[in-house]
Amino acid sequence: MVNGMAVAKDATIERKKKESQFSLVMKRLAKNRLAMAGLCITLLLFLLALLSPLIMPYAYDELNMADRFAVPSLKHLCGADEMGRDIFSRLLYGARWSLALGFLATIISTVIGMVIGSVVGYFGGTVDTVVMRFIDILQAIPGILLAIAISACLGSGFMNTIIALSIGGIPMTVRLLRGSIMGVRKMEYLEAAQTINCSVPRLIVRHILPNSISPIIVSVTMGIGNTILMAASLSYIGLGVQPPTPEWGAMLSAGRTYMRDYPHMVLFPGIAIALVVLSLNMLGDGLRDAMDPKLKK
Amino acid sequence: MRRAWRTFTEGKEKMMSETLMEVKHLKKYFNTPKGMLHAVDDVTFSIGKGKTMGVVGESGCGKSTLGRTLIHLYESTGGEILFNGEDITHVTKPKMRRLREEMQIIFQDPFSSLNPRMTVEETVREPLELCGRYKKGQIQEEAERIMELVGIDERLRHAYPHELDGGRRQRVGIGRALALNPAFVVCDEPVSALDVSIQAQVLNLLQDLQEKSGVTYMFVTHDLSVVKHISDNICVMYLGQLVETAASKELFENPLHPYTKALLSAIPSVDIHRKKERIILQGEIVSPVEPKPGCRFAARCPYASDKCREAQKLREISKGHFVSCCKMEEVV
Amino acid sequence: MGKSKAHFIEIKNLKVHYTSEGRKIHAVNDVSFSLKKGETLGLVGETGAGKTTIAKSILRILPEPPAQVEGGEIFLEGEDLLKMSNDEMRKIRGRKIAMIFQDPMTALNPVMRIGKQIAEGIVLHEKISAKEAEEKAKKMLEMVGIPASRYRDYPHQFSGGMKQRVVIAMALSCSPDLLLADEPTTALDVTIQAQVLDIIKNLQKEFETSMIMITHDLGIVAEVCDNVAVIYAGQVVEYGSREEIFDNPVHPYTIGLFGSLPDINSDVERLSPIMGMPPDASNLPKGCAFSPRCPYADEQCKNAPAELKPLGGTHTCRCIHERRAEKLNAQGVENLH
Repeated sequence: MVNGMAVAKDATIERKKKESQFSLVMKRLAKNRLAMAGLCITLLLFLLALLSPLIMPYAYDELNMADRFAVPSLKHLCGADEMGRDIFSRLLYGARWSLALGFLATIISTVIGMVIGSVVGYFGGTVDTVVMRFIDILQAIPGILLAIAISACLGSGFMNTIIALSIGGIPMTVRLLRGSIMGVRKMEYLEAAQTINCSVPRLIVRHILPNSISPIIVSVTMGIGNTILMAASLSYIGLGVQPPTPEWGAMLSAGRTYMRDYPHMVLFPGIAIALVVLSLNMLGDGLRDAMDPKLKK
Repeated sequence: MRRAWRTFTEGKEKMMSETLMEVKHLKKYFNTPKGMLHAVDDVTFSIGKGKTMGVVGESGCGKSTLGRTLIHLYESTGGEILFNGEDITHVTKPKMRRLREEMQIIFQDPFSSLNPRMTVEETVREPLELCGRYKKGQIQEEAERIMELVGIDERLRHAYPHELDGGRRQRVGIGRALALNPAFVVCDEPVSALDVSIQAQVLNLLQDLQEKSGVTYMFVTHDLSVVKHISDNICVMYLGQLVETAASKELFENPLHPYTKALLSAIPSVDIHRKKERIILQGEIVSPVEPKPGCRFAARCPYASDKCREAQKLREISKGHFVSCCKMEEVV
Repeated sequence: MGKSKAHFIEIKNLKVHYTSEGRKIHAVNDVSFSLKKGETLGLVGETGAGKTTIAKSILRILPEPPAQVEGGEIFLEGEDLLKMSNDEMRKIRGRKIAMIFQDPMTALNPVMRIGKQIAEGIVLHEKISAKEAEEKAKKMLEMVGIPASRYRDYPHQFSGGMKQRVVIAMALSCSPDLLLADEPTTALDVTIQAQVLDIIKNLQKEFETSMIMITHDLGIVAEVCDNVAVIYAGQVVEYGSREEIFDNPVHPYTIGLFGSLPDINSDVERLSPIMGMPPDASNLPKGCAFSPRCPYADEQCKNAPAELKPLGGTHTCRCIHERRAEKLNAQGVENLH
């Protein structure tokens, strides 16, 4: 509230049943139109990716040499590429790969990062010093460079790309969670939990994580968009997922040679990537606000 | 029959005067980049069962550290802590688990002392779930009993801490601390963050609960009016040292240590007609990091002399009234 | 001119609200009071009663939005501060009105030497050279009991009490006519508080400064104030001289405040707190704002707002049953709660 104008607001709190944090967050999120739009677009894209075999007008690898470089028309909604494959179909099918890449890589890096982060944040001391120096080294290398290096070592391919992308995301999560936990560690409710014989795992799971996790969730939503971009970059330079698999970045990469004459070949994959990143960012922004417990409903 | 009655009354009398907590030469140092911080230095006192011991002092005098060391939130550096006559200075883990149920703490800041992601009921339930004394159904029953005891409305059971005002939040904290019916509770400035009218409500609640359950309080505060109101005995601390301890009435009527005197004279009173001599202290507070031996108040004390640079001893002046000042006779 | 001298500062029907998430929070509701030169007025009330908002409105430093001054006038020597331009106001701040904030840690710039911070204000308002300003700043430091040799120290080298004294030196360096002290000693220890209050009182006497002391501590009011205004839910519920308020409190809220206070000089077994909570400022009761918590309230109180009634002398009280609390207490009907 504005300069200490505390307001007695409790009189209106009346709940018949316990309302979980999740439903509270969802309720608050529902009031944020931008975030809801982001959520809807993301879900829609998932749905399209799942149902792509049913909606695709053509198979993603169906060659049609007559329609090479066809510009967008009713026959090919987003045009066709250099081999006459329908770009719209490829985008729909490619969403599977791009979204899967983005989500899987981010989730893997977040889970690993969170385990390391909570151990480091809770125990501190020597563990903290050692692990954090290692993280520093990892972070000193630019993310894309690291991904390129790992990809180059492991070779291209779907799984390898996921590994390459997730390793680069770990330091960020560790750092974020560690900082967040350090803020929570000073709280008196942890001392209180100690006095009622709360075990260490319970302390972490019930008292520390719920109060330090919100920046992580926000960074995950925003990170997915980033990872998709990175995956696209990897494909673009020939690492990562390879043609004919229609990953968005790979499509973009394939189209660059013909960009001058047939801009639609890069335009539509570009728009698709931008759309995912934008909607996830809007969702992430909304989540950050909704997860602050101090905000009133 | 008669004999039985006599032993009963004797037993009762014995109970009344029994000591619950005894602290001997307790020390707690913290390692800081600048050196050892003597937060609690050689503190000795005892608290009777069912009584309230007030601990007063200014910020940084180590009163909160003292409370936390007693209930083993901090490990003591030296000295002894006796609880119910038993030495609990160093205890094993399983023993600690049992002890924890007997010793609780109520915190100053009702904002940081409650987990913002847990509802009122969950917070009160947690100690009940962890102690293993109750069956599933009983836990709910017990939690409801406690919430009623500390005066939390039924309708606020599922509210989150940020939806409550400071007074109610503090009630939740009190509920959590008293859930397991502890014998000893450290109240660390429980009303300092509250408005006057709410403060009185919480003080009354604490007194009522003590009457009902016979719990012993150690009441840590910087507010002398509050401490006088609620305590049976008072310890005055200055930079980690115990400077004076006495029964509440005695201390306020007959303060002997120069610091106690200055402290008492500094309280603004609402009695506008009482003219009192105010002692305004000069000089600055010395650092408790690697302090020199001797009285730490000497730097601000109007009576200080060379004798004060030597280590001071706690002397019993009258029954239960201890003072740590070599110049006391001159001061009086 | 005679009139404006009598009432050095006069606030009339001040109304301020905040807008937060679409709700209107009525912070200050029709507050009027005045102050003579050299006098000290205490504004007493609980958190959120609107005390700080009043002070910030006088200095015109409310964050707008979310705050908005809805109406009212604030006369300083006959001129309405609320009608002044920002330029004119800048000349008033520091020069004529200065403010001491509760937290000395945030009021000082941590990367600037304290002497410089004091001198800066002096140079800004008085057209003197940097050298003279430094001399004056040193004098101010010594006046608040800090040796001038610490002129070149940084804020972190001082203790809390010393920092607050630096802030006081800063506020008084341009010898303002009015000092707004917002809980100046709340963050300090009792013995340091006594020291700081002592300094404020002495300097005030020396410079003939008027002061508005904002506090929740009735003890401090008893110590330093000539007049007292008790604020509840953005309204003055009782106003009077120190003697009138402390010897003969009339409003049930004021009486409740005294009952809630453990006093060092008396032995009370049990405090008699005010029941309930302060009202939600976005949804104030229709009648008297205190009526939901008032043990003496009846239907009339709940329906019609109470007006300030004169009680003789300077004493006024916003209660339609101004003597009921007294009478009932005299009859021993204390336990109406």
